[in-house]
Amino acid sequence: MAKNEYQFGQARTSGPVRGPMRVAEKPKDMRGSVRILARYLKKHRLPLCAAWCCAVLSVLLTLFAPNSLNRITTYIEQGLSSGWLDVNAVVSISIRVLLIYLFSSLLTYAQSVTLVNTTQGIMHSMRRDIDRKLSRIPLSRFDSSSFGDLLSRVTNDVDTIGMSLNHSATEIVTAAVTFLGVSVMMFAANFKLALISLGSCIIGFILMKLIVRKSQKHFVNRQRYLGELNGHIEEIYAGHLIVKSYCGEDTARREFSRLNNLLFEANWKSQFLSGIMRPIMDFLGNFGYVAVCVAGAMMAISGEIGFGTIVEFILYVKMFTMPMGMVAQSVTSLQSAVAAAERVFSFLSGEEMTDERGKKPLLAAAKGRVEFDHVRFGYTPDHPVIHDFTASVRPGQKVAIVGPTGAGKTTLVNLLMRFYEIDAGRILLDGVDIRDTTRENIHDQFCMVLQDTWLFNGTVRENIVYSRKGISDEQVIAACKAVNIHRFIRSLPDGYDTVLTDSSNLSAGQRQLITIARALVNNAPLLILDEATSSVDTRTEQQVQNAMDTLTKNRTSFTIAHRLSTIRNADMILVMKDGDVVETGTHQSLLEKGGFYADLWMSQFVSGEAI
Amino acid sequence: MLKILRQMGRHEWALLAASIAVIICQVYMDLKVPDYMASITRLVETEGSDPGAVWQAGVLMLGCALLSMLLTFAAGYITAMLAATFSRNLRSRLFEKVESFSLQEMDRFSTASLITRSTNDVAQLQNFISGGLAMIIRTPITISIALMKITGKHWQWRAVTAGAVFIVICVVVFIIRYAHPRFRKMQTLTDELNRTMRESLTGIRVVRAYNAEAFQESKFDEANDRLTRNHKSAQLAMSVMQPVMRFTNNALNVAIYCIGGIIIASVAGGEDRISTFSDMVVFSTYASKILFSFMGLNFIFMMLPRASVCAQRINEVLDTELSLRNGSAAEQPDCPEGTVEFRHVSFRYPGNEEDIIRDVSFTAGKGQVVALIGATGSGKTSLVNLIPRFYDPSEGEILVDGRNVRDYDLQALRSKIGYAPQRAVLFTGTVRSNVDYGSGSVHHDVRRAVEIAQAAEFVDRMDGGLDARIVRGGMNVSGGQRQRLSLARAVCREPEIYIFDDTFSALDYKTDRILRAALRKETAGVTTLIVAQRIGTIRDADCILVLDEGRIVGRGTHDTLMKTCEVYREIARTQLSEEDL
Repeated sequence: MAKNEYQFGQARTSGPVRGPMRVAEKPKDMRGSVRILARYLKKHRLPLCAAWCCAVLSVLLTLFAPNSLNRITTYIEQGLSSGWLDVNAVVSISIRVLLIYLFSSLLTYAQSVTLVNTTQGIMHSMRRDIDRKLSRIPLSRFDSSSFGDLLSRVTNDVDTIGMSLNHSATEIVTAAVTFLGVSVMMFAANFKLALISLGSCIIGFILMKLIVRKSQKHFVNRQRYLGELNGHIEEIYAGHLIVKSYCGEDTARREFSRLNNLLFEANWKSQFLSGIMRPIMDFLGNFGYVAVCVAGAMMAISGEIGFGTIVEFILYVKMFTMPMGMVAQSVTSLQSAVAAAERVFSFLSGEEMTDERGKKPLLAAAKGRVEFDHVRFGYTPDHPVIHDFTASVRPGQKVAIVGPTGAGKTTLVNLLMRFYEIDAGRILLDGVDIRDTTRENIHDQFCMVLQDTWLFNGTVRENIVYSRKGISDEQVIAACKAVNIHRFIRSLPDGYDTVLTDSSNLSAGQRQLITIARALVNNAPLLILDEATSSVDTRTEQQVQNAMDTLTKNRTSFTIAHRLSTIRNADMILVMKDGDVVETGTHQSLLEKGGFYADLWMSQFVSGEAI
Repeated sequence: MLKILRQMGRHEWALLAASIAVIICQVYMDLKVPDYMASITRLVETEGSDPGAVWQAGVLMLGCALLSMLLTFAAGYITAMLAATFSRNLRSRLFEKVESFSLQEMDRFSTASLITRSTNDVAQLQNFISGGLAMIIRTPITISIALMKITGKHWQWRAVTAGAVFIVICVVVFIIRYAHPRFRKMQTLTDELNRTMRESLTGIRVVRAYNAEAFQESKFDEANDRLTRNHKSAQLAMSVMQPVMRFTNNALNVAIYCIGGIIIASVAGGEDRISTFSDMVVFSTYASKILFSFMGLNFIFMMLPRASVCAQRINEVLDTELSLRNGSAAEQPDCPEGTVEFRHVSFRYPGNEEDIIRDVSFTAGKGQVVALIGATGSGKTSLVNLIPRFYDPSEGEILVDGRNVRDYDLQALRSKIGYAPQRAVLFTGTVRSNVDYGSGSVHHDVRRAVEIAQAAEFVDRMDGGLDARIVRGGMNVSGGQRQRLSLARAVCREPEIYIFDDTFSALDYKTDRILRAALRKETAGVTTLIVAQRIGTIRDADCILVLDEGRIVGRGTHDTLMKTCEVYREIARTQLSEEDL
């Protein structure tokens, strides 16, 4: 079918584009978040410290290399003037330097390996913690906010944290050590040359800072316009049908080119400015190089220093300019990491459901008597929607819950399943207050079929058996036969082992039949049907209805219903309006009462002209 | 990848040529700096040379460095311009193209994929140009100029340099072969992880009701383990790069000095010795440049495949042939306004084996209400989509006001029709801009349309009334309200024909009823085609068409169909009470 299944917010294809430089997110509470992050890293402190030690040691070792090269040069230079060159000394120093380099590189490798393993471990357990947390959050939080959105961001955040720990954290340490170490070595070698090289580097660093500050604005703009333009594209493409049928192409095009031009400006400006950083860094390297060469040459001519010192300083300048640029980048990246950690931890520290490990399951297999006893409930404590609800359901009875859209029909079910906790009163299941037993124990007493037919990526059999243990193939097949889907499943390419994916060509009705089979296999004494037929077409509706009739047999059932026959045959009808139960009774008694239910019932049949 | 170059205009080619020229100059200047170092070295080592000469060489050297920097700025400016211009034009060409698509092409690509192609893929290409292009140009130039500089120097030095380059190439090849595929796989694995998590989220009620938390968790753990393993091996491979590179570079440096010492010891004359010495000092600089240029190959190979995939996906869209041809007739033929006629129409979606609509014929006269009812997949939506030419039928013809829809200018045809789809679409803007959508200069009575669509009551409560903001996707109004605004849009353009594709089922019974009554009263004389699920919605239609597997299996009023049509009776039975039957 050619239905447009695209929805806003769901397929977020337009993430932030990674440019050469990203706009850093600022954490809200830098210090607090860093502290929490530090606590989280505590159990990994040994490998982390080891990695840092390796990094520092490796840097320290390389610090000695330029001086050795100086000595080689000096030997050669002596050879130039005296005519005799001590080749053995040159070779032996060379070998020593090579060993130093080798050892230093091995240390760097060791550091990388440790760090990769540790950070991956941290990311792994962080993702795990987030997933586990999911099972402990009360359902109300999922309903109240765009929780799913937030969560998908959380997984990205974990990546950000890992990346930054892996690179930036060590880079800052090594850069700092290099900076200090090289300074010390330079001043020890020659004071004047040290001042010159240091000076030229610092000038460059200040220049760079200025450019970064200036370019930040364009980066923010670029991100903003990109977001706006992508939003516009999404909207127009998703509304293609309307754009076409109302000839809105011109309006769309005008807006598009306005945004496209704005983005163009921000794009080249930001890119040019970020492109400038590197040449400046290069020039600084060159400038330091030239300064050292010229000043060194003058000093060498006057005999103040040997040529070897110049060679030594050329190497120092090289070692020096590299880390400067990195520090700036690492700070930005660390900032984003802390902001990311802030979100992750605020999620992990969110409110949880009460711990029930102390409770014992009190219900074995319920008969199905349900009592609502002066139940009061509100999504926020000061705004109760259900004020004072009392009803009693005998085993095997059929209860229908009706009311207009948004009347809160699902709320009742949520209370019964203890997805939400009631504010006052009691709900009794076979005489047991549902708060006295565990949630798992209550869930075991119910099977549930929802409007939204939820199937997961897996085989048909896995979807039907789901989390139940010890279900035989015969039971699965029996359930499928009972709901009349067995033949259809057999016709699938791999029968019961066909893997269901998002793109699987199952109709809504077939999907619903599978979830009903799942409920049958589950075989619990009570049943909840939440608008189970509303997304099913009329052709399969009869089939689904028959399947549900099988399911309702011998079970106490709560049905949120559209279908008239369900309502009419119900033993009890709960009529809901604006979140509260306003009427209770049988079809006949409610019609006679002539209240809200009667009104609702009649409105279905009167056609347009009658008013 | 190269195909995308066809999208470059003359302006962009000029920019590209300029950037190549500038980069060549820049690299040349950059590599000239060490040459002066050589002359300085010679001056220092020659007894009694003039300090002024050193200064002179120093100033020239600094000049080169400065020039090189300025040229890099210029190159940066040009490539930034090139990237931004190219992406702007490409994006705009894509947008134009997609706007000209009919539903048939939209279906082929899917909306989500077209969005990714117009946003993400273009951005990726842009990043590639701005980040990678300069590198691609610079790398071979640097390597060749630096090679030129070191030819003619002692072979021992060139030999060790070749050895070092070989090591670097080995590392680069290793990373390309081992790490790059793993980095590519990362995205799939991350998607998988996100999918399992989203699965647990969307099914949270079911998961909890079936106490299946542990089941879901084990699935998540599996995805998590796989992702972590892949991450680890990719990054461990990358860990090899930096130490090996650094070691190779440093070792090369030392080796050049060491070998230099041995060579100098073996040559006799003082003059030769000094020139060898100065060669040695600059040789190491050139050698590093060469080494790091080869290193850069790694990044190019990293970026190139990604960019080329994006380019390919963009080309696919741009190369698509349009399936609909625009007609030319814009003026009105002599026929009552608002008739729709189907003559033996059949239709199948491209690539499908079976017709979704089979030999359908009917006529809707001016002012008539024709309703379509039938099971999901019976072809109701497909049928009404043929009228505004979202698709063309495979057989038969459709006439609006007595003229084949293929002969119409699309704009002229569509402006006759007020269409409200199943899922209401609102755009960012105001209530007014949404209701008055696409009208151009003509100003319609927005207020009246809003009132007829029963939207006045909530629009008035919104901040700013008709000028209240509508956010992206209309998320600040409820589903039913969106639907009513979408209806108001159809009413607002005062069309000859309404097409309501299941527009009413999102409304509650009461609003549905009042709305239809208002429509009937206020817009009498407009031909209406309603696709519906509820019998209540269409009961009073002049003619009801019952569709089953693409065929009309019954037509007539409610009462006649109840007597004659089995399919209709079956639908009615599930919806109406015994007394009604």
